[in-house]
This record gives sequence, structure tokens and C-alpha cells, in this order.
Amino acid sequence: MASITMENLGKVYAGNVRAVTDVNIDIADGEMIVLVGPSGCGKSTLLRMVAGLETITEGTLHIGDRVVNQLEPADRDIAMVFQNYALYPHMTVFNNLAYGLKNRGFKKAEIDRRVKEAAQMLEIGAFLDRKPRQLSGGQRQRVAMGRALVREPAAFLFDEPLSNLDAKLRVQMRVEIRQLQKRLRTTSLYVTHDQLEALTMADRLVVLNGGRIEQIGTPMDVYSHPATTFVAGFIGSPAMNMLPAEYMRGLVSADSLAHLPVKADLIGIRPEDLSLAPAAEDEMSLSGRLMLLEPAGAESHLHLSFEGIKETMVVRLPHVPDVVEGATLTFSIKREKLHPFDVTSGKRVA
Amino acid sequence: MVENNRWGNFFAHLVLIIGVAIVIFPVYVAIIASTHPPGTFIRGVMPLLPGPNALENYKTVIFEGRSRAGTPPISGMLWNSFVMAMAITIGKLSISLLSAFAIVYFRFPFRIFFFWIIFLTLMLPVEVRILPTFQVVADLGMLNSFAGLSIPLIASATATFLFRQFFMTVPEELMEAARVDGAGPMKFFKDILLPLSITNIAALFVIMFIYGWNQYLWPLLITTDPEYYTIVMGIQRMVTGGDSEPLWHLVMATVVLAALPPILVILFMQRLFVKGLTETEK
Amino acid sequence: MQTKRMTFSSSWLPYALLAPQVIITLIFFIWPASQALYQSLLRQDIFGLRTEFVWFANFERLFADPLYLNSMKVTFWFSVGTTLLSMSIALLFAVMVNRMIRSRDSYTTFLVWPYAVAPAIAGVLWWFIFNPSIGIMPYVLDGFGYNWNHRSSGTDAMIMVIIAAAWKQISYNFLFFLAGLQSIPHSLIEAAAIDGASRFKRFWTIVFPLLSPITFFLMVVNIVYAMFDTFGVIHATTEGGPSQATNILVYKVYRDGFVNLNLGSSAAQSVILMAIVVALTVAQFRYIERRVNY
Ligand SMILES: Nc1ncnc2c1ncn2[C@@H]1O[C@H](COP(=O)(O)OP(=O)(O)OP(=O)(O)O)[C@@H](O)[C@H]1O
Ligand SMILES: [Mg+2]
Repeated sequence: MASITMENLGKVYAGNVRAVTDVNIDIADGEMIVLVGPSGCGKSTLLRMVAGLETITEGTLHIGDRVVNQLEPADRDIAMVFQNYALYPHMTVFNNLAYGLKNRGFKKAEIDRRVKEAAQMLEIGAFLDRKPRQLSGGQRQRVAMGRALVREPAAFLFDEPLSNLDAKLRVQMRVEIRQLQKRLRTTSLYVTHDQLEALTMADRLVVLNGGRIEQIGTPMDVYSHPATTFVAGFIGSPAMNMLPAEYMRGLVSADSLAHLPVKADLIGIRPEDLSLAPAAEDEMSLSGRLMLLEPAGAESHLHLSFEGIKETMVVRLPHVPDVVEGATLTFSIKREKLHPFDVTSGKRVA
Repeated sequence: MVENNRWGNFFAHLVLIIGVAIVIFPVYVAIIASTHPPGTFIRGVMPLLPGPNALENYKTVIFEGRSRAGTPPISGMLWNSFVMAMAITIGKLSISLLSAFAIVYFRFPFRIFFFWIIFLTLMLPVEVRILPTFQVVADLGMLNSFAGLSIPLIASATATFLFRQFFMTVPEELMEAARVDGAGPMKFFKDILLPLSITNIAALFVIMFIYGWNQYLWPLLITTDPEYYTIVMGIQRMVTGGDSEPLWHLVMATVVLAALPPILVILFMQRLFVKGLTETEK
Repeated sequence: MQTKRMTFSSSWLPYALLAPQVIITLIFFIWPASQALYQSLLRQDIFGLRTEFVWFANFERLFADPLYLNSMKVTFWFSVGTTLLSMSIALLFAVMVNRMIRSRDSYTTFLVWPYAVAPAIAGVLWWFIFNPSIGIMPYVLDGFGYNWNHRSSGTDAMIMVIIAAAWKQISYNFLFFLAGLQSIPHSLIEAAAIDGASRFKRFWTIVFPLLSPITFFLMVVNIVYAMFDTFGVIHATTEGGPSQATNILVYKVYRDGFVNLNLGSSAAQSVILMAIVVALTVAQFRYIERRVNY
């Protein structure tokens, strides 16, 4: 068990390709941090820098109380789960789990004990004599987990471990990994590009964009107070609507938006914060033309357009309303649920 | 093919059966000839049906040789061929695996330069540098030795390229996982890379064993001591030794014994052989 | 040329790993080749006592030497003959075998093993079959009124060594043609059949053009084989005779250098051969480059 501290970490690949810039993260002992961001934003690079698979070109990395910048992966006391699992194809499941222990000179009895224990925890005890190619995707994923578990490392590193599974299995494994992590209380760094995975699994999540941190915070924090327009657009689905503040101000009496800073020229509205009920005291209302109604069983998505601006808006309702396309609908929203941003800097204001 | 007309198939089988017969014919003739007594070859045309002397002929060539013509028993030559073929095969495989490993899994100054040096061997077969190579081997005191028979032949660009090609297809993550699991370069090579390459190694083994066994010019150049004659070059001494007609029954028995080991290797490992051949592209 | 994304770091290990291969290459390949280059510019007197730097005189002499020019001509016909004979028979076999479903593997087994026979042994086998006094072929040919004698007729000798060399190479060509045929999508042939092309026409307009890269590759490989790997065929049978009719370049370079000890000339011949291999290897790699990304 250990904490991980990243101080001003940066990575420049050969050929002057900058992948990671000035990253500062403190991962507490036993905490699960999820790195999330779009493809190519540097998530894997950062994770691999922590693992020791990429050299650290800038900054300092601590695991526990050691500076590990120069240490080999094997000496950093970490274990890693790869996206394609990277199981040794010619070894049995048992040997896949045992390999790292053997290399570290563990006694046979101890190896046996640990493998059996991990196998039991992951319910792969029946497959110990099989080769990886004789396993299903989900089973392979468990073996990959097992290989990390047996080592009892100071930290787990996951690089999109669920992205090769089908949707259903993904949800199931997501729950299992999180439960396991909570039980073992092992410090974890988990990479994904799936915002839902990030929200559900993280103690805290780190949103990366273009190699820089956009925001660090608990899932609720990041969700309800996105620090930038990028985070606002990336976390939450459907994505947050963005309307020009000028247009909004024209809709309502001046004082109803008075609580927002003057500098705010872009207003974010989460699709689920709107409702069809008439506006109450602390709410404002907003009308638009219904272009498309998408019923989705328990909920529905409504696509709206407005007079005079090109921006459109999506509304998510927890039911399927009885409305016709082409009608003009009026929605209400609590004033405090408006997210004010500054267009030029992309930052949240106030 | 699309439609299966019966005459077409019949014709194809006919062509193939005649073809196979022609391809087999020389070896059939050799086997037949090796079963006849010497008298058969003095007059008339060679026999096409087996004779009674098989056992005797084979016993003669293997154990006695022809003392009159100064040909040693071929059991020794068979052994020499085997040792040479194995040494060449194992040598080529080992040094090529190591080179390919270095070229793929390390970054170091002059990497490309070394790659080209190895590549050059493709362009310099023994046949184009006979004398100077002989000179080098003589200067190193390697004439009439197994080292001389094998070491100069074990550089292999083909095998190095094949392994390089194969290593490039091994997923990156395997090496990363091994590193996280505490394996250094040589441990990774031994525990992961070698077991994964085993089919490729076996396929190349077949090709190179045949290559080694069938060496001709090289042993001819560097052996003068019958102690080190190999079977393939030894045959030449039997057919051209002296002015008289060769002793065909014994020559053919020797031919059969010389050709048999590599043929058996191909027949028993046809899959690997085809893989090895078509993947090395040379 | 790539490596893995992540590489091991060691300042000496890669050199140690490369050392055996590189050292052997330097000692037994590069050094002798450079010696050949150097010696091709020297001339030794008969007793090997004095050496003289003569620039390109050895080459000039060679190209003025009717024996050498003859050897080039002989090599040309030998290579062309071997390549054509072996490739056309192999293509025929491959096309026929490719039609088969159940018997494909058995035929293949019967056709691949001559690959294992050493060229020298192939030579001896056919030499025996063509033996003027007891061979079966002269006996058969006699029935057609042809008097076969490769001991006196240069043409007969040439035909014999071509057959011996081509016989051994059929397996190789066959396997590559078969692999090529099997990689042609069946749908193409079906499409042509629907378009009403006859079987014969389908072969020449669809199949053969698709085989052309392999055909080119095999041509180069066969020429290399005929020029350099057939030393044994000649040495074990005709020894270049009768009267130089089968004296191919590699046999001549061996005779002149190793037997007659004519250092300068042999070195110059080596250099010419090297130039030929380089040209052929480059041709071959143009093909491989298109298929495999080095
Ligand atoms: N070895 C390398 N050399 C140069 N640039 C690289 C290298 N590896 C990655 N990059 C670049 O660094 C950036 C970050 O890559 P990284 O793999 O970390 O992205 P990622 O966030 O993991 O994306 P994904 O979600 O697609 O896996 C990318 O622009 C990528 O092109
Ligand atoms: Mg990634």
C-alpha cells in the first residue's frame, strides 16, 4: 500500500512530440483515481510513465516515499492490467499468474497459496490448467486481473481493461473490479475514455485533454461543477448544452440572470436539469421548437431549436411526454443549475 | 475450379500421375540399381526390377567401403554429414535468433549499420569468394575440422530477417507485462520469446538441416582428409575416381543413403517444411 | 526500420547479442569479398613470387578470353533452360493439383521431396539414367533413331545437366505456384466463369496475371539457383565438358582459382559474379518489399 505523487510530470517523445504537460496528482493510499479523456489525450502515456514503461522526461514521480523516476517497472512495486490483457499465450493460467512471483524468487508454497487465493477471488480456479486461447474474453480479463492481484503490489495500474469486452460484460466487470479494489484497498490508477466508467468507478477522477489536466475532483464535483467547457462537454451524456448568454439574457428579465457574473458569455445547461413543469420562483423558462423526439423506454431525448440562433438543445426527460414534433415547448430550469463559462478562456466563471 | 467436368479431372489425374512417375523415376532407378550385383552393369541396359544383392551392397558401402579405390566406409561420412548439418542448423538458428532479438528489442548506435552488414551476406554466397574464404579458413587453421565445415556457413540473413519479422508481430504488451513481472531482457528472451517462436524455429530447422546436409562445394574446398569427408561430396569421389566405369551398384547404394535423411525430414515434417520454405522466401 | 515501442536498455547487451553473427560475417564474408575485390586488381607470376598491381587488366583479359565468353554463353543457356523447364513443369503440376480436393496433399507429398536431394546427387542420378552404355534414356532414344552421347556431344551434355538441375527445383517452384494459386480469391474465377470465359481463357486472362508477381519472384530465384547452386551438378558429372560445353561460371571460377591457381583471373571472375548476385538480390527484394514491409 502506498500513495503516488506526480509532480510536474511531462513527457516529450522522440521527435519532439509532446504528449503530457505539467501533471500534478496526489493519489492517496487506497484511493482509486480514474484518468479520463478523449483518444490521444495522453492517458496511456501518463499511466505508462507511472508504470516505468515510458521514461519520465520532466518532473518527479513518488511511489510511497521513494522517487521512482529511474526505477525499472519491476522495482516500482506496481502491477498492470493491459487493454489486450497481454497474457503469455504459451503458459497456463497458473503459470501466467505465477510468472512474476517466480521471477521475484518466491517459494513454491507461497506462489501456490497466492495463485489459489487470487483464483478463488476471481472465480478462475477451474481454468488454472488452460492456456489463454482456451478462455473467453471475460475469463481472460479475470486472469489478467489475477496476474496483478497475486503480486500484492503497492498500486494497480489499469489501461482501459474493459474496452475489449461487450457492453454487458463491461458493466459486470466494472462492478467487480471496483468491489475488489475497495476490499483490498489497493491504490489504483485506472485509464478509460468512457466517461460513465469514470464516473461510476472513481474516488476522484482526472480529466485530461491535450496532455494537460482540465480538472481533478470527485465524480459528483466534476459533474456538477465542470471547471471548463471541455469537461462540461466530455462528462455527462447526452453532453451539456451550451447557449450564448446574450440570447439567454434576451429571454428573461435582466435580474433573473443577475446572479451570474457579467463575464459569463456562455451558459451550460445539463439536459436532465430541464423539466416541462411551469417555472417556479427560483426557476427561469426557455422555449424552443421540438425538432425530434427520441423515446428510449424509461426516458426520452428531445431535440430543440431556437429562433435566431444556430445552437440547438437536448433535453432529457425521465418519461416520454405526449407532445408532437414541430410544437413549441416551454421548459423550466433552476437558476442555480446554469453553468456560466467564459468563451475565450473556456473556463468556468464563479 | 468452378465446374467439375469429369474428363478434365481424369486428364488432370493422368498428367499428375505421369508427372509424379517422372519425378520419382531417378530415385526409383537408384534404389533398383543398388540391389543388383556388379555383373548387371557390364552389359546391356540398366535393370528396372529389383535384384538380389541389396543387403550385401548396403553392407559393403556402410561398413567396408572400397579399399581398392581408397573410398572409406560411408558410415563415417554419414556421421560427418550429420554433425555438419546439425552444427550449421543449430548455429544458424542461435545466432539469428540473438541478432533478431537485438535488432528488434534494443535501440543502440549503429543498429541499422549492423543490419546492413548481415544483409550483405545474402549477396556473397561461397561460390563468389571461393579462394579468399579458403585462405581465411586455412589461416585460422580450420581446414579438415568440423569447425571449418560449419562455422563459416552459419551467418544467415534469411533466418535473421524471418525472426525479425516474427518478433515484430509479437504484441508489445507481452514484453511490457514481462518487465512488470520482473523479467530482464535475457529472461524475457528465454521464457517468452523462444517458446513463442517455436514453430518458426522448427520450420527453419527443417530447411536448414537440408541446406547443411546438402553442402557440397564447401566441404570439397576445405577437406583433404577422408576423416572429414561428407557423404554428398564423397559420392563425387566415387564416380569420378579412376578411369573405369563407376561401380554403379555401390554408387547407387551410397546415393540412396545420402539422399535419404533429408528426404525423410521433408516427408515427416511436410507442414513445417512448406511453412519454412514459403516464409523465408529463399 | 522500427524497433518495439519500448525497448530494453543496456549499453552492451545488444552488441554482445549481435557479435557472433557480425563477427562471422566480417571474417568469412566481408573480408574475403574485399580480398577478392583487391586481388582482382593484381597479377601474380606463375610461381607466385611477384605480385603486380595491374588495375583492370584482369577484367580486360577476361572479356577478351574466348573461354570466358563461352562460359558466359553456356551459363546463360543453362540458366534460361533450367528456369523455363522447371517453372513450366511446376506450374502445370500446381494448376492440376490445385483442382484436386481430396488428393491434393498426397500429390504434394510426392512432388516436394526432390527439394531434399543435393544438386550433386541429382546430377549423379540423371547421369546414370543418361549413361551412354547402360542408361535407360539412350536406350529409349536409340529406338527413335537418336544416338545419345553426352561424352562427345556438347548439346547432349547441356540437356542432361539442365534436366538434372531443373528436376530438383520443381518442388520449390511447385510449392510457390500452389500457394499463389490458393491465394487467388475463388470469387474472381467464378465471376469470369459467369462472364462466359472458357476454362482455358480463364487461366490466361485471370489466373496467370494474378500469378505474375510470384512468377517474377520465382524467375529470379531460379536464375540465382541455376547460376550459383548448381556447382555440384556440373562438378559431379560433366566437369564442364565435353570441350567446355557445360563450363558454367561458378565451375570455371572454381577451376581457375582452386585447381589452376590463377589468382588474379579467379578474383576478377568472383567480382563479376558478385555484381550479378547483387543485381539479382536487388531484383528479388523489389518483389519482397512489395509484399512485406521491412
Ligand atoms: N512512442 C510514441 N512516439 C511519439 N508519439 C507518441 C508515442 N506514443 C504516443 N504518442 C503520442 O502521444 C499522444 C498521447 O498518446 P496516448 O497513447 O497516451 O493517448 P491515449 O490517451 O492513451 O489515447 P487512447 O484513448 O487512444 O488510447 C498521442 O498524440 C500519440 O500520438
Ligand atoms: Mg491509450
